[in-house]
Amino acid sequence: MSQEMNVNVTPGAGSNPFEKIGRDQNGGERIVRKSLTAWQNIRRNLYENKLSMVGLYFIIAIALMAIFAPWVTGLITGYNYFANELANANQPPSWAHWFGTDDLGRDMWVRTWKGAQISLFVGIAAALIDLVIGIVYGGIMGYFGGKVDETMNRIAEILYAIPYLLVVILLMVVMPQSLTTIIVAMSITGWINMAWIVRGEIMRLKNQEYALASKALGAGSMRIIFRHLIPNAMGPILVTLTLTIPGAMFTEAFLSFLGMGVKSPVASWGTMIDNGRQAMTTYPWRIMFPALFLAVSMFALNVFGDGLRDAFDPKMKK
Amino acid sequence: MSDNFVEVQGLRKFFNVGNNRILKAVNDISFSIKQGETLGLVGESGCGKSTAGRTIIRLYEPTAGSVTVDGVEVTKLSKSKMKAQRRNMQMIFQDPFASLNPRMTILDIIGEALDIHGLAGSRAERKRRVEELLELVGLNAEHASRFPHEFSGGQRQRIGITRALAVEPKFIICDEPISALDVSIQAQVINLLMDLQKKMDLTYLFVAHDLSMVKYMSDRVAVMYLGKIVEIAKSEDLYANPQHPYTTALLSAIPVPDIEDEGRKERIVLQGDLPSPINPPSGCPFRTRCPAATERCAQEAPELRETRPGHLAACHYA
Amino acid sequence: MRPILEVKDLSVSFDVFGGEVQAIRGVNFTVNEGEAVAIVGESGSGKSVTAQTVMRLIATPPGRIKNGSIMFNGRDLLSLSEKEMRKVRGNEIGMIFQDPMTSLNPTMTIGSQITEGLVKHQKLSHSAAKTRAIELLKMVGIPNPEVRLKQYPHNFSGGMRQRVMIAIALACNPALLIADEPTTALDVTIQAQIMELMKDLQKQMNTSIILITHDLGVVADVCDRVIVMYAGQVVETGTIKEIFRNPQHPYTKGLLKSLPRLNQSKDEPLIPIHGTPPDLIKPPQGCGFCSRCEDAMRICATEAPEVTTISETQMVRCWLQDPRAAKGAGMGKEESA
Repeated sequence: MSQEMNVNVTPGAGSNPFEKIGRDQNGGERIVRKSLTAWQNIRRNLYENKLSMVGLYFIIAIALMAIFAPWVTGLITGYNYFANELANANQPPSWAHWFGTDDLGRDMWVRTWKGAQISLFVGIAAALIDLVIGIVYGGIMGYFGGKVDETMNRIAEILYAIPYLLVVILLMVVMPQSLTTIIVAMSITGWINMAWIVRGEIMRLKNQEYALASKALGAGSMRIIFRHLIPNAMGPILVTLTLTIPGAMFTEAFLSFLGMGVKSPVASWGTMIDNGRQAMTTYPWRIMFPALFLAVSMFALNVFGDGLRDAFDPKMKK
Repeated sequence: MSDNFVEVQGLRKFFNVGNNRILKAVNDISFSIKQGETLGLVGESGCGKSTAGRTIIRLYEPTAGSVTVDGVEVTKLSKSKMKAQRRNMQMIFQDPFASLNPRMTILDIIGEALDIHGLAGSRAERKRRVEELLELVGLNAEHASRFPHEFSGGQRQRIGITRALAVEPKFIICDEPISALDVSIQAQVINLLMDLQKKMDLTYLFVAHDLSMVKYMSDRVAVMYLGKIVEIAKSEDLYANPQHPYTTALLSAIPVPDIEDEGRKERIVLQGDLPSPINPPSGCPFRTRCPAATERCAQEAPELRETRPGHLAACHYA
Repeated sequence: MRPILEVKDLSVSFDVFGGEVQAIRGVNFTVNEGEAVAIVGESGSGKSVTAQTVMRLIATPPGRIKNGSIMFNGRDLLSLSEKEMRKVRGNEIGMIFQDPMTSLNPTMTIGSQITEGLVKHQKLSHSAAKTRAIELLKMVGIPNPEVRLKQYPHNFSGGMRQRVMIAIALACNPALLIADEPTTALDVTIQAQIMELMKDLQKQMNTSIILITHDLGVVADVCDRVIVMYAGQVVETGTIKEIFRNPQHPYTKGLLKSLPRLNQSKDEPLIPIHGTPPDLIKPPQGCGFCSRCEDAMRICATEAPEVTTISETQMVRCWLQDPRAAKGAGMGKEESA
């Protein structure tokens, strides 16, 4: 309707340009700017940050290779990550074995990407568990405050104070040496950091008028926390999440290095580095490739996480 | 008693600010509002007027006192009964930029009110109802899918009003609804509030610091200073015959958009600032800034008493 | 009276996603020596951008000064280098900001914040600067200046901080003081104190003042002239008397009518300005106020009006001044709601 009114305003032939028309009954309320949601705005900021986009592309490339490379290579060459072929042990990189072979004659290319699978899986799984526990625990701490906050915070602090390696070693005693054990071990204390981040954000946001308005309407605590507060705290939460993944990957590598990693023949970058370390001077490719990819993916994730933080809060940049 | 729609008796709200210091934000206030009436509540920032509003609607739990709305004592209601009671009483907030959740569309912001109280059967009905409400405040259906940041301050404030109206309340607390708006927009919002009051027989508690707008909008006005009501009267009477020296000073400080001083009283510029409500002055709270303070004011706290018919003031010399 | 500041054809844009926001579009005005001028307009009208451009405080990018000149005491501020401009800021032009809570450095004492400029610009010794700082605090009405000097901003209330801001702004005896909504964040009783203070200081020091505000109410007491801005343009200028008694632009009239008089009864409705100001990412082709104007004519939507001179001091930008406009249209339908 309003569009039509606007057209009428153009002086046609013969109409008097000084004829009174009064105010546009609707025009004053029209929104001319293109609709841009908060998420679109963040994406746009992210696109402008070249370095963090490079990081993102690296992560995507490594993830795709981790998923498809072992399988495709297996189809073409018949190599897999577990079958020993002692006659071919410790071959340097060549056309047949791009990354060489290890001490049992297994193809390093396949094993590197298999290792990527495990490393990424551990990283992502640990980060997601941290996310869920951290949001719920931190959300409740921050929103209710007072006694609830104090008690829950004490519990978190006590957990945080227990030496982390002790927890892992104790767990290894009661649980079998497996991927699950590693993830559980990391999650026991890993979520605390996320919970504190969420708590801080919720405390900052809970007295915002939109949260009060929802409370005045009769909304329950859970609705306010999860519909209003958490979505507005998503920025710092996502940034923490992306920065947790490389941390978890590194911890997994570290545990493997101490001999507490996944069991052979399954490989992670950590166990491969540990394995390659023993022959570092004679067969350097055995440590070089997994170490290189671990370093690159951690760098890429950190760069991307930083870019994400800037995208959420452009003021932080300067 | 019976024709008072809202009855506030001896309301107190104290905050513990640590180190055993108590901030007496609202210190024993009593007033009543008749159905369809507007009571203005004015004072400077820090006088406790916003806290009073928030305590009445139980965004804060009162320290003492009773609040009766439509015959129901609300301070002692259980959670579920209070939720039902919230359909009767609603609130409009001060900052139109903070009172709407930036991550939600207008449809969801207003729709939430309907969801909480189960007022819309289907998604289609919810949408239809929201659009109806938007039209009531002069916005239209196309605005429903937009996000808050796309609107101007005045438009957002109207969305805030719509949200409060969605549950069809009878009593609305307006917490400085215009103080964040441009002058040219303030009149729009005031006219809207007054139209709605006539149409729906609403009862308002209008909290503000702008005495000229309050005087225009309200039937009666209560003036607060340091957590106490110092004067309460019919708005014409308060303006024509202010009894408390603080009210006199407030009235004379109103900037008048005119050059000749027709009808304006000699301006009284108060010296000094508001004392801290943590450690208020003995006796009359206003004595530290009062031009007419005497020995007696420091010793005896004045009671709120009738100094003219229907006109109460808390001053020894009124 | 000698003009101290002359702004000519000033246009400033901000590059944002999806286009260019034309925040100010060809602004002209003058401020004379010893004169207090108000720039009145709503948020988004370009009044603050104008002030910040005069101080060269616009971040570039996203901001862009597209056109115009700002002559201050015979120099074009837009052609100065950043280093030269730093000597102008604080020394020749002082500025007071809206929020006294954030415009003082919380980690420095009040004293060192006042003396900073004196030592830097006026080359005073530290002890001379301190004496001057005490003088200044006394002048803006802060009791016990010797003690207060050693305190930090958090020891001061909002009104007191704004007084400190004024003391800092006036420290170097600037020829021009720009006050950007100095009382918006303050309570009415404190607002009255600050306005009173600014009026006194202006008389004493003969400083020119630009007072930026959205509230015509605070203008009447302090200022000599008013510049009304709307949608990035000056739509009317005039002396206080002309603006309050004989406003010509429908927006100025609307602003005056939308304020309640203290003796206005509840049965007389307020006359609001309907609608919302235009988004300057797509400025209207014709007059910026057209879509909200009760007296709009066909031509208002398509062609921008020129400036009409009403008197030596009053100018207005409106088609209703055109002799071809219907007689009486300018008087408006006062009761249309």
